[in-house]
Amino acid sequence: MKIIVAIKQVPERDARIRIDSGNKWIDLEDVEFSMNESDAYALEEALQLKEAHGGEVIVVSAGPERAGKTIREALAKGADRAIHLQSSDETELAAYDALGVARLLAASIQDEKADLVLTGLQSDDLGLGQTGVILAELLGLPHASLILKIEVAGNGLKVLRELEDGWFQHIELATPAVLTIQSGNTKLRYATLMGIKKAKTKEVRVIAVADLVASDPSLKPTAPSVVLDQVKLPHKQRSTQLLGGSPAEAAAALVEKLQFEVRVI
Amino acid sequence: MTVEAGVSVAKRVVGGSFLLEDLTPDDVFTPEDLSEEQRQVASTATSFAEEKILAQAEAIEEKDFAVTRELMRELGELGLLGVDVPEEYGGLAMDKITSAIVADNLSVSGGFSVTLGAHCTIGTMPLVWYGTHEQKAKYLPKLASGEWIAAYALSESSAGSDAMNIRTRAKLSEDGKHYVLNGEKMWISNAGFADLFTVFAKIDGEQFSAFLIERGTPGLSVGAEEHKLGIRGSSTCPLVLEDCRVPVENLLGTAGKGHHIAFNILNVGRYKLAAGTLGGMRFAFRNGVRYAKERVAFGKPIATFGLIQEKIADSAAAIYATESAVYRVVGAIDAALADLNHDSATYAQDVQKRIEEFAVECSILKVLGSEALERVADHALQIHGGYGYVEEYPAERSYRDSRINRIFEGTNEINRLIATGFMIKRAVAGTLPLMPAIKKVMDEVMAGPGERVSYDGPMAAERALLASAKKLALFTSGAASQRFGNDLGEQQEVMGALADILIETLTMESCILRAEKQRKANAPGVKLAKYYAMRAFRVIETAAERVLGAVAEGDMLRTQMTIFRRLAKHEPANAVILGREIAAAMVEAGRYRI
Repeated sequence: MKIIVAIKQVPERDARIRIDSGNKWIDLEDVEFSMNESDAYALEEALQLKEAHGGEVIVVSAGPERAGKTIREALAKGADRAIHLQSSDETELAAYDALGVARLLAASIQDEKADLVLTGLQSDDLGLGQTGVILAELLGLPHASLILKIEVAGNGLKVLRELEDGWFQHIELATPAVLTIQSGNTKLRYATLMGIKKAKTKEVRVIAVADLVASDPSLKPTAPSVVLDQVKLPHKQRSTQLLGGSPAEAAAALVEKLQFEVRVI
Repeated sequence: MTVEAGVSVAKRVVGGSFLLEDLTPDDVFTPEDLSEEQRQVASTATSFAEEKILAQAEAIEEKDFAVTRELMRELGELGLLGVDVPEEYGGLAMDKITSAIVADNLSVSGGFSVTLGAHCTIGTMPLVWYGTHEQKAKYLPKLASGEWIAAYALSESSAGSDAMNIRTRAKLSEDGKHYVLNGEKMWISNAGFADLFTVFAKIDGEQFSAFLIERGTPGLSVGAEEHKLGIRGSSTCPLVLEDCRVPVENLLGTAGKGHHIAFNILNVGRYKLAAGTLGGMRFAFRNGVRYAKERVAFGKPIATFGLIQEKIADSAAAIYATESAVYRVVGAIDAALADLNHDSATYAQDVQKRIEEFAVECSILKVLGSEALERVADHALQIHGGYGYVEEYPAERSYRDSRINRIFEGTNEINRLIATGFMIKRAVAGTLPLMPAIKKVMDEVMAGPGERVSYDGPMAAERALLASAKKLALFTSGAASQRFGNDLGEQQEVMGALADILIETLTMESCILRAEKQRKANAPGVKLAKYYAMRAFRVIETAAERVLGAVAEGDMLRTQMTIFRRLAKHEPANAVILGREIAAAMVEAGRYRI
């Protein structure tokens, strides 16, 4: 099975976040980057499928040169080769909305004719949750989102999809297909030292965004349908709420809050 | 054997030359220079430490060795036990920086780190360096995979620092097929579950030699676990050898040359121990900072109080300084190894010789790391107040676990004597041009006050302190040599004080070079380097005074103190404000972050 995994490099979870002077994005100086969490789970699913059924895992990532670090991390974990859709700077891709980025990704992986394309559910930075789904549409493939588990069944796949409130859905679908993967259902592997050593020798095909656009003018950024107007840090506040009533009532109220407001249980 | 090409970014400096050479930031390796591959190794090690080792911290602490062995096997699978092992024997043969990164980032449990260090360094390296092809083929793949655990048995009840004084005896059997060993060993890390022991004994009571002894060999028995102050998760037992018959092919290295093994392994053991203290420091620090953020007293988190901030700043600076020194020295070792021919028949000896050149630095790192860890663990405990003194909080364990580091791999007393002693030996032998340098400083100071050199950049004041520190080091060494001549080695207190000057000079310089290498006046490292430099200079001043007081009296002492005061003259920076700023950044991050 040939599997393509789309991964995105995002600021590390506990990075020092500062808003840049234009209030449009964060200041990237001194920020450490890592692989988007749900993309890491997508990669893990792909590697497990390859181990069980053979085939090839190819990662694709759109981003500036720094994204190469995340790509090599994926190679160190076991991906066979990579496609780096490289932007010339930090701003080139910002001119695209989710549709535009998905178009670029689709153009860069079209010729691979993969059996399965996996993406994370959404990115930890923008959190739009659209790229994978749009990609499916552009590639003309069926898709399913919020996938926790993939099994090969006959000529197709059996997948487990997470719904709300603890409900799950079992879906069978034919390949080729696109799946967007939910985090947390499996354990992520560590890159072995041998994998890290070998990663250097694996193929990373770099495609410049500009070259791709030059070859197909329809990929030029159009007026984006969604514009990021302003980013700001969440306002920190502390408030204490006393739950009244009998201990039993207070406990019930607490459970409800934990379940539906804070969503930790 | 292959080593990664192009990993060395440091200048090839001569071991021990730090008092003589003025390096530029580009000459040294810093943690910021880690290659992408080295960062990936760090990431694997960090994740494993957080998710696997810490998750089992309680089981480890309770000596559930099945858990320890399982973790070791997993580490073996990931390749983390084979960094220093040649590829043909199941290892990865990576550079020494990578090896330090692994020791550094895996250290979140003192007990487990001892298991790991005993296995990877003193347990495995003798075999890597001295084993025959047959010995290596038989044992190294099992050690690199974690299937087997190694231990190193040198110390005895009456031979610790004076290791050559061991009483364990070996005698060749009449048929010439075995060595028969008799004796006892003490304080053997991993003994409770190790599969392979490197045991030192004297053949016929004279030839100091090493033997590879498998667990289960008749005549080898392992005694009961010691009840220790700290590192309780590690196994420490005595060994008893009673007519233990070891096949002759298990003699490691040459009969009578076992001291080469013992001493050369220790250099590696020392820099790796220092690397390991880094992980321990970051762990203790993180716990202290988090507590300081959460604990409210007088209506405010205690992290807002100056005396708590001072502990946080002092700890952060200690971590920064130890990182700077460890990675600088190990980077210099990698640079020194870079041009060796891996296919040469003498490769293993060549590697040891090059590392031995840095014996002074290795001893310095050992003392620095162990004492910095103890200070950071002590601060973390103090921040916790009463809660630091009880087992429910991790500060207590960090504090207990830290203490052993001043004892093993050569006590800090021995390592101080080595640092100063080796330096003097090289000066006398002329392998390091220290004598001309001392003479130059003496001439200069005797000529009276000269013009002070001024420095530029964000570290200008610290550069001036460093220049003074180097002069003070040479001046006090010169004064001590003049007074005691060849007997200086017997004056342990003076040797110790001189070692303090060496330690702090090297460390301060490493901080300054690292901060300068970041090339940004507002880089977080700049503040930490400044903070540490102030502390280092205070230690140097105190030590220099101690030396001068011991070597001169009357007019001579007055003259020397005048020179001392001239050399040490500086205006103190505002450590209070700087400390608050450092603490604020660490408190915001909730951990050590630069």
